[in-house]
Amino acid sequence: MPKADFEYLWDELEPGCVITEPGNSRSFYTGDWRAFSPVLEKESCIKCGTCWIFCPDMAYQKNEKGYYIADLNYCKGCGICAAECPTGAIHMEKEKEI
Amino acid sequence: MRNHQGMEVSFAAAEAVRLCNVDVVAAYPITPQTHIVERLSKYVADGKMDAEFVPVESEHSALSLCIGSSAVGARSFTCTSSQGLALMNEIVYLVPALRLPIVMILANRSLSGPLSIWNDHSDVMSVRDTGWIQLFAENGQEVFDHVMIAYKIAENENVLLPVIINMDGFILSHMFEPIELTGQEAVNTYLPSYRPRFILHPDRPVTMGAYTMPTLFTEAKKAQEEALLASYPYILQAWKDWGTLCGRVYHPVETYYTEGAETLFVTMGSIGETAGEAVRLLREQGQKAGLVKLRLWRPFPLEDFLREIGSAQRLIVIDRALSPGGPGGGPVAGEIRAALYNRENRPQVFNFIAGLGGREVTVGSFQEMFVSSVSGKASGYQIFGVRG
Ligand code: SF4
Ligand code: SF4
Repeated sequence: MPKADFEYLWDELEPGCVITEPGNSRSFYTGDWRAFSPVLEKESCIKCGTCWIFCPDMAYQKNEKGYYIADLNYCKGCGICAAECPTGAIHMEKEKEI
Repeated sequence: MRNHQGMEVSFAAAEAVRLCNVDVVAAYPITPQTHIVERLSKYVADGKMDAEFVPVESEHSALSLCIGSSAVGARSFTCTSSQGLALMNEIVYLVPALRLPIVMILANRSLSGPLSIWNDHSDVMSVRDTGWIQLFAENGQEVFDHVMIAYKIAENENVLLPVIINMDGFILSHMFEPIELTGQEAVNTYLPSYRPRFILHPDRPVTMGAYTMPTLFTEAKKAQEEALLASYPYILQAWKDWGTLCGRVYHPVETYYTEGAETLFVTMGSIGETAGEAVRLLREQGQKAGLVKLRLWRPFPLEDFLREIGSAQRLIVIDRALSPGGPGGGPVAGEIRAALYNRENRPQVFNFIAGLGGREVTVGSFQEMFVSSVSGKASGYQIFGVRG
């Protein structure tokens, strides 16, 4: 997205608010409103990718060692990954007060 | 020589849709719209129309489907009435917001309850603020012509908005009238194929219907309203071009005997013809009566309206729907009163809610309204002809 949504004037919007730039949700940091973070205990992780499949924000990326790591810019803290992980390797921790 | 053919107005409407080379028809049958849809399905089944006819399970699906087909660039048509429009309501708002040039014929019928299949304007008034361009036809020829005109307006790259053509249920839909059909070549010249600005296509991905935050919603609505207001000159242009092609010229506000008129009726839809006859007879009796007919309801042609009412002292506004519990009578009169409020020398506005649920409104009815308004007996608004 060339600029943030609050910078647009009404006459700068495409007809019907069509978004012409595919994949621009990348610039929308859903992690902004997170109240809980997923914390991974690697000892229990069997690298099955269930967390990666279930994450509604596609926050998980596989690292070079095969672990799935949530990108906290996009993780909104819903806890689905922790609930779905078959080995209980993920738990949710409350964010610190800023 | 002019070539008129006697036919049911619904069939003339279907013929116009066929002539427009519509790609997708999605509709659910509902009285009194049924004959239009039946005829279209037959055209498609008989190979007379190269379109997809989708017999959907509800009106909600009909318009949802049209959104999908219009979004991929197909010329799309739907048609409904009353309860069907009510069931469609959620989707009606989406179409102008997405700026999709869908055309819908609304065979006007009262909304239940009590259950009624007969004509009034309660259905269209329920979608007044959805952002569609809304036109009223007065007779079968106007219905036929306005299918072409509606696509011409809707698909104009400077407009890209959906259009509702209002035709009174039964009074028009089931009437047999002489219709002058336009030839296919003429229609093709008038209405070239639709060139959408954006379409859903994997080669050039775009997103339609995305979520907006409070930071953008206001701007999106402002843009939508500006688009509707800006459609006005293109609506005039579409009428002008049609006039050049067929010789039938349309205006946002039509007039009859307005010159020197002290009392003007204001009507929308087929009732205008009856009112016209009443005005003609009143003039014969030496009464200074006239008639102003709103063909364009949205965007509201305020300047044309003010110009046409001139210096008349009285307006008798006919509403075909109630606004229960409202402050100012029916929806049309309420708007007209609001529009006149800040003007000096504004006329008195009398409001009659007439023709609810198919109740007959005759030439005599208009004469009665005239007498009670001119004599000062009528007040703010009243339901005309109600017993008791
Ligand atoms: S679901 Fe659990 S076990 Fe599977 S990869 Fe994710 S964290 Fe590891
Ligand atoms: S908490 Fe929710 S958003 Fe965050 S990584 Fe887990 S599934 Fe994804």
